[in-house]
Amino acid sequence: MLNSVRDWLEDRTGLPSAIEHFLGEEIPASAGWHQVFGSVALFAFLIQAATGFLLALNYGATPSEAHSSVRYIMTELTGGAMIRGLHHWGASAMIVVVVLHMLQVFVWGAYKKPREATWIVGCLLLTMVLAFGLTGYLLPWDNKAYWGTMVTTQIAGLAPGLGPYVKRLLGAEGDAIGNITFARFYAAHVMLLPAITLILTAVHMILVRKHGVTPTPADANRPKKAFYPEQIFKDTVAAFAYVMIIALAANFAQIGLGTMADPTDTAYVPRPEWYFLFLFQMLKIFEGPLEIVGAVVLPNLAIVALFLVPFMDRGRAIAVRNRTTAIAVVVFAALGWAGLTQRAIATTPDNIEDINAGLQPPQPWKSLTPEQMAAIGYFQKAECGACHQLGRSSKGPDLAKAVPEKTPEWLVAHFTIPTAPVGDAPVDGTAVPEPKLTPQQMQGLVKLVTKRDDNAVAAWADPPKKEVAGAMLYQSRNCGFCHLVNGAGGKNAPSLNGVGSRRTREWVEGHFGDPRKFSPNSQMPPYKFNPEELDQITSYVVGIPK
Amino acid sequence: MIETSSTPTSRRTFHRTMIQLFGGLISAVIAAPAAAYLLLKPKSSSGEDLVEIANLAELPAGKPQEVVYYRTRVDGWKRSREKATAWVVKTTEQQAVAFHPSCPHLGCAYHWEAEKADAQGQVSEAFVCPCHASSFTKDGSVIGGPAPRPLDRYVSKVEGGKLLVGSDIQKAG
Repeated sequence: MLNSVRDWLEDRTGLPSAIEHFLGEEIPASAGWHQVFGSVALFAFLIQAATGFLLALNYGATPSEAHSSVRYIMTELTGGAMIRGLHHWGASAMIVVVVLHMLQVFVWGAYKKPREATWIVGCLLLTMVLAFGLTGYLLPWDNKAYWGTMVTTQIAGLAPGLGPYVKRLLGAEGDAIGNITFARFYAAHVMLLPAITLILTAVHMILVRKHGVTPTPADANRPKKAFYPEQIFKDTVAAFAYVMIIALAANFAQIGLGTMADPTDTAYVPRPEWYFLFLFQMLKIFEGPLEIVGAVVLPNLAIVALFLVPFMDRGRAIAVRNRTTAIAVVVFAALGWAGLTQRAIATTPDNIEDINAGLQPPQPWKSLTPEQMAAIGYFQKAECGACHQLGRSSKGPDLAKAVPEKTPEWLVAHFTIPTAPVGDAPVDGTAVPEPKLTPQQMQGLVKLVTKRDDNAVAAWADPPKKEVAGAMLYQSRNCGFCHLVNGAGGKNAPSLNGVGSRRTREWVEGHFGDPRKFSPNSQMPPYKFNPEELDQITSYVVGIPK
Repeated sequence: MIETSSTPTSRRTFHRTMIQLFGGLISAVIAAPAAAYLLLKPKSSSGEDLVEIANLAELPAGKPQEVVYYRTRVDGWKRSREKATAWVVKTTEQQAVAFHPSCPHLGCAYHWEAEKADAQGQVSEAFVCPCHASSFTKDGSVIGGPAPRPLDRYVSKVEGGKLLVGSDIQKAG
């Protein structure tokens, strides 16, 4: 049965003998573990394609959807963080594998005549891998993606003469990154680059087959061996090791997701992916009019030099000891790369933003004024929840839905004696209970009840405990006389919007007790809080969005 | 193939077995999270809460009312508030039915006609679909027309005198 299927396939397609021919390729006796990197690079590309496709199944490819869909993948879908982790670490690991492959080819002298074309196609494939990294970096659309790409497109814009056109092509005209940039990076990442990479990979493999695996001088007198099964066994083991490394990284090393890209954020320190850090550092060395040397001239010269390696090094020698100059150049380049990368890491300040900041679901309280926030606390303090439940009817009407038709006067009377029918005088002899709220607090609650929006209702139904308590302190100390939050308050002191990204939590905590110590010209009087209160008001203040 | 004669069979077999073993392990490492990712339900999208749409005390008994309300729809990574409609019929003081507002035939919006004359000139009341003239009683069963089944009902319950409905449909059975 199996044989007749095979015979039919052989007769109609010739596939079985083609596979046999492929597996039976003759390779030199010296071939072995050092030759696995090419196969692993191909395997790495397939992993990127598979995980990329899986991500695309749950991805909203526009700036307004991208960030929340990535959060959805990371937090809502089982295995989503793993798939994204494999894609993320796979991208980095692929660079490592490709570079190892190139080093192996270099050390074995495999780029020499007649394999120059194979080397050049390989270099083109390297640029594809880097382009994948560059375009994919933007797609989570968090601050890291946005600001990293901002720098990339600005650098591209430095190209003499062509700059403005390159920027226009990248959709980043006028120093702005937006819909067009995103669409172009996405289209390149999922359509153009995969197609070109597949074609180049096919050409690369055909050329490898045409010229055969490079033999060592010692192979001249040894019989060749077959590709299958021994070399395929080694390739498979290496592929397995590769998958285990990226799976472990995906499982244990957090990639996180920053807050959604914010063009107005002035505190974010952009930096590229680790393999581009050396370029980033080079820009710091070449300043002013020389900037173009570090940004455009040197990187392009390096790429051209890489392509021309087989023509610059035309010596016949293959043994490493006879090629000291060539090897020295590579060692020098590697040291330069490592040094620049190390300097870049050491000199770039860390971002204050938590790497998982973007994984938090949207927090509706963040758009509320301090008065509204505090009123949620008054609602709890006065135990209004005993009769009014947000989102469902109970003894009292559901305040999330009931039409706010009551007048402020009615509400204040109701807040004063909640149980009495409003308008009725207290029955003689019944003591009027002590109101649980001050008149000012009642006014705040009136505003919350009569002027609520969707965010207020959402925060009200599920209040963040600490932040609400903090907002009550904020109101009781009249912070709003001087400070502005979400458009409400005074303008005598700095707006508190975004203070959490400008200052650390420790700074804010310390500042309350002794403002002058932290900002010498401060007009703010010191405020004393007990440790619990300090925690509450600090949590509130640092949580106020930009 | 060459060199097969000089390669011991056991070594070839070992290589083949290992290729299958490691190939299988690689597939498993990728396929397991992929399967969970594609086949399991998202963690927090399950069953949206019922939405309160009417106060039973305010509904006229036995007279269908068209109720417009808002509900939250979970659409992948997005939650949106959307307008929804139900035809509500209070059956007893403690019970009410909420019908899905489209005809089970081809999905047109039907409406309530309190006085409808049939072919024989008899006046009756019915839900009538304007598209293909299907008609239904106020408990949803088909009186006439091409409708293949009674009106669909929303999952609902009465709690503290309020009618709560979900977005799932309970097929009339």
